[in-house]
Amino acid sequence: MNPRRVFAVLLRQLYLYRRSFTRVLDVFYWPTVDLLLWGFVTLYLEKAATEMPHYVSFFLGGLILWNILLRAQQGLSVSFLEDIWARNLLNLFVSPLTILEYLAGLVLVSIVKVVIAFLVMGTLAALCFGFHIFILGSSLLPFILNLCALGWAIGLVTMASILRFGQEAEILAWALALLFLPISAVFYPVEVLPEALQMLASWVPSSYVFEGMRKIILEGIFEPGPLFKASFLNLLYLIGSYLLFIKVYRQALQRGTIPKIGE
Amino acid sequence: MAPIVVVRVHPRDPFHSVLMETVLEVEELTKCFGKVCALKKISFSLHVGEILGVVGPNGAGKTTLINCLLGLVLPTAGKICYFKKDLFHNRSQILKKVNFASSYVALPLSLTLEENLLVYAHIYELKAPRARVEEALKTFGLYEKRKQRTRTLSSGQMMRLCLAKALLNRPQVLLLDEPTAGLDPEIAQKTRELILSYTRREKTAVIFTSHNLSEVELISDRILILQKGQLKALGRVSELLKKFGAQNLEELYFQLAI
Repeated sequence: MNPRRVFAVLLRQLYLYRRSFTRVLDVFYWPTVDLLLWGFVTLYLEKAATEMPHYVSFFLGGLILWNILLRAQQGLSVSFLEDIWARNLLNLFVSPLTILEYLAGLVLVSIVKVVIAFLVMGTLAALCFGFHIFILGSSLLPFILNLCALGWAIGLVTMASILRFGQEAEILAWALALLFLPISAVFYPVEVLPEALQMLASWVPSSYVFEGMRKIILEGIFEPGPLFKASFLNLLYLIGSYLLFIKVYRQALQRGTIPKIGE
Repeated sequence: MAPIVVVRVHPRDPFHSVLMETVLEVEELTKCFGKVCALKKISFSLHVGEILGVVGPNGAGKTTLINCLLGLVLPTAGKICYFKKDLFHNRSQILKKVNFASSYVALPLSLTLEENLLVYAHIYELKAPRARVEEALKTFGLYEKRKQRTRTLSSGQMMRLCLAKALLNRPQVLLLDEPTAGLDPEIAQKTRELILSYTRREKTAVIFTSHNLSEVELISDRILILQKGQLKALGRVSELLKKFGAQNLEELYFQLAI
């Protein structure tokens, strides 16, 4: 792994964002719109349903953390698509850059996106709705790391799908993470899900993060056990998605489809 | 590796391929996609400073050959060795000394010319990347435009930028896939001159594909004719014309490739 080549992948995306108003807007726009929309919804709910005293915190905390997963995933898959759209992928794949270095560069890009989205949403939540994400305390870091890990795993599966099926699969860059939304129990506890979906949720690492967040907000208790389980699941997801990506990449080399991506 | 004395000779010198060090060795390269074989047992070598033109009709296997040589497509059988090392076991190490440009591949349009080249200067781990980028932009007459976004370039300028990228790392082997396709005759001529003057000066070995036979004849030391994935002829144009009794390259092409 050559750090300079990894940095080059990050640099390419930073140059892109530095110069593109619409792309910068995308990083700020959706987190801001999401936060304001759900913030006002929860304000209304708080007034209407006094028996749910922590609704604002549940919603806004869930929203901020969900956006971390989303940005981490898109940091990989959308950056990959940027190279396809720019007809630049071949230049990268015929350079000394290894596939692992390319992925590491995209992970760096996603970390930058996550940090920006987190700061924007955290600040707005505090200023507009008096919700401080840092009430989650030291648990925030493992929460964020777990959500990033799941985001990267989903991002790798998205990239593998694009490599396998071409640009027709690019819709997955936006859609695939949303499949995890209902069973991640972002805005409600897992127990409200039907039994079958509760079973499914137990295999989704993000569900433990959101349950953990609610536990801290409600009771001020951080339970490391479920988070260990989430970390273990994430490790499996990351290994599985990486192996899938490498397998699809090798198949693409065999089939000769890489030069045709984006045509 | 024992030092080899590289003797600079005129590209048309009949003995130069004997004297020159081999930079690429292709042995019985075969690539099949299912039942269809795009390349069938292709063997050839490329020497320091040599320009090899690859011609053949559409579907002859030219692009598959280039893609195999770039490590973008895994061969079904055969060997590709650069600098006496197997490409697929030493990919990253070899690709530091190889580069590529094609009229079908671009650089990100939203970045400036300078930014695009800087990214690749880091990927190729160049020393003093900014100075090298400036030098490459000057060589290809793009220095004044360095702060402009790449989308403002004409297709001829875009090709020059791609060539600047391709020569940024001073490659020992340069692979060009139809570098003048889609360019008007004047720009194509300038592009050829740039390629020729640079590669002759730096002793870069070049493989390029083209449908323009006069271009191939003009700049190639040797030509390789492909037809349906098979190597039909390999050698100097003058030798091949004599061997196959053809008057010119066009006649030879129609005789062998169609």
